[in-house]
Amino acid sequence: MGKAWTFGENMNTDEIIPGRFNITIDPLELAKNVFCEVKPEYSKNIKPGDIIVGGQNFGCGSSREHAPIAIKGSQTKCIIAPSFARIFFRNAINIGLPILECPEAVAGIREGDEVDVDLSSGQIRNLTSGATFQARPLPDFVLKIAEAGGIVNFLKEHDIQELMA
Amino acid sequence: MGTLIEEIFSRKAGRPVQAGEIVLLDVDYIMSHDNTTPLAIKAFREIGKPLHDKNRIVLHLDHAYPAPNVMAAENHRKIIDFVKEQELPHLFMQGVCHQVMLEEGFITPGAIVIGADSHSNTYGVMGAFGAGLGSTEIAVAWVTGKCWFKVPETIRIELRGRTQPGVYAKDVMIHIAGLLGMDGGTYRSVEFGGEYIESLPMHERIIFPNMSTEIGAKCGLIAADQVTIDYLENETPATGPFEIIQPVNPRYERIIELDVSALTPQVACHPDVDNVKPLEQVEGLEVHEVYIGTCTNARYEDLEIVANMLKGKRVNPLVRVIVTPASQRIHKKAMQNGLIEILMDAGCTVTGTGCGACIGRHGGILAPGERALTTMNRNFVGRMGSPLAEIYLASPATAAATALTGRITDPRGFLK
Repeated sequence: MGKAWTFGENMNTDEIIPGRFNITIDPLELAKNVFCEVKPEYSKNIKPGDIIVGGQNFGCGSSREHAPIAIKGSQTKCIIAPSFARIFFRNAINIGLPILECPEAVAGIREGDEVDVDLSSGQIRNLTSGATFQARPLPDFVLKIAEAGGIVNFLKEHDIQELMA
Repeated sequence: MGTLIEEIFSRKAGRPVQAGEIVLLDVDYIMSHDNTTPLAIKAFREIGKPLHDKNRIVLHLDHAYPAPNVMAAENHRKIIDFVKEQELPHLFMQGVCHQVMLEEGFITPGAIVIGADSHSNTYGVMGAFGAGLGSTEIAVAWVTGKCWFKVPETIRIELRGRTQPGVYAKDVMIHIAGLLGMDGGTYRSVEFGGEYIESLPMHERIIFPNMSTEIGAKCGLIAADQVTIDYLENETPATGPFEIIQPVNPRYERIIELDVSALTPQVACHPDVDNVKPLEQVEGLEVHEVYIGTCTNARYEDLEIVANMLKGKRVNPLVRVIVTPASQRIHKKAMQNGLIEILMDAGCTVTGTGCGACIGRHGGILAPGERALTTMNRNFVGRMGSPLAEIYLASPATAAATALTGRITDPRGFLK
């Protein structure tokens, strides 16, 4: 259970973490400046378990993995959005940052609402309003990566061909 | 049978594939640069397996090169040490990665090239699949030689007619970005074709795949033709035979038809690429910097357009006009042919090649309250430094006209 932090449509990677901070790859260091221009209070007040509720095309822009790493470093539990930009989508899965596509939840959650998310079932409960939502299921091979905690961990134990098996 | 992306992926898969399928494909080249390689090296060490094929790995130092600070220098050190350790054959410090990938012949029709840079879509200009990925996936491809893809649906953009003098591919693509919006091509392959595209030389074609990234596209493709083959044979070390792959009885998700004949110069205005207006609506807006550079519009022909417009004139003395050629090869040719001298005499600052200003690292950073007109592909808030600066995107000709007056200016009054 955590508090919802809401963001607008087309949240781009420069807004998530401006290019000038990408000189480090340390998640905690990056997390200090995550959303520093669009929502500076986020990095100061986020608590582990809080969730991000984004608009459509979340994470558009550059391929910088610093963006999902900075968000993961901020200890957020997951990101819910109607849709994600494609590179951000892949990057988040690959580094083990949970993301859920659910337009209904985005419409039904406001800033500061208490939200409970069951990542394995994709069920999202807004405890403030009492509404529940079901996120779109992720493809099997994506679940395999997510269950391993990211693609690096997956490859330590498996051959890449096993993704498609 | 299928769209261009289905045809390209089917050849690699060794069987017919269709939109919606997930495929695991061999990649021909894996590109990364000084911004994204350090993370890939870290992931590579964590995976703990050997490289699959070092010949497929291509590294560039261009994003913060020459190093503007100690941390950037440390990144370069880390990459060069890795190249030595693994005995990698392809390390370049001679220009913006995407331009060098084309110049060095790594991109050929039907190739699958992934890059840890969102503008890897650029490679679609050769009828190849090019797409951006994150650093971790680059490391995965280093180790496995493979990458998974969902075969995308295709939006076909059919372009007819010829542009008027003073209107360029950049104006057309900015116009398309305005029509489709920043998420108009998300997860899609965007196929550019039609008589207008076929009439264009390579340096103008490049704009479309390059900026397909700005509408969210997975890839932006132009089918190879004789122009492609001539470029490969005359301008690159690539050796054929090259296969010309075309769509075959394609089923498109959507077809957009446009006639470019009546289009006027366009500007993508602060703060989004899809905030597009005809230039006349923003004409006269004061600018503090004009930046001509990047993987979008800093090729020899772009510099030639600018030099022709600035020859014998002086740019506005209160405006910083910065020209950054897209590669050393372009810089050298521009020097040999007198373009650099013309630009310098006109008051431009010509810098060494690289990406620095476009990602707010160095070589043209903006102060709060400033406005820049640039030939870049992206104008996000804070992109060139201060989040309180504004970035406007336009063609090299519009940039040259604007450099002369210090205000956003229609280039059509300056053409000889």
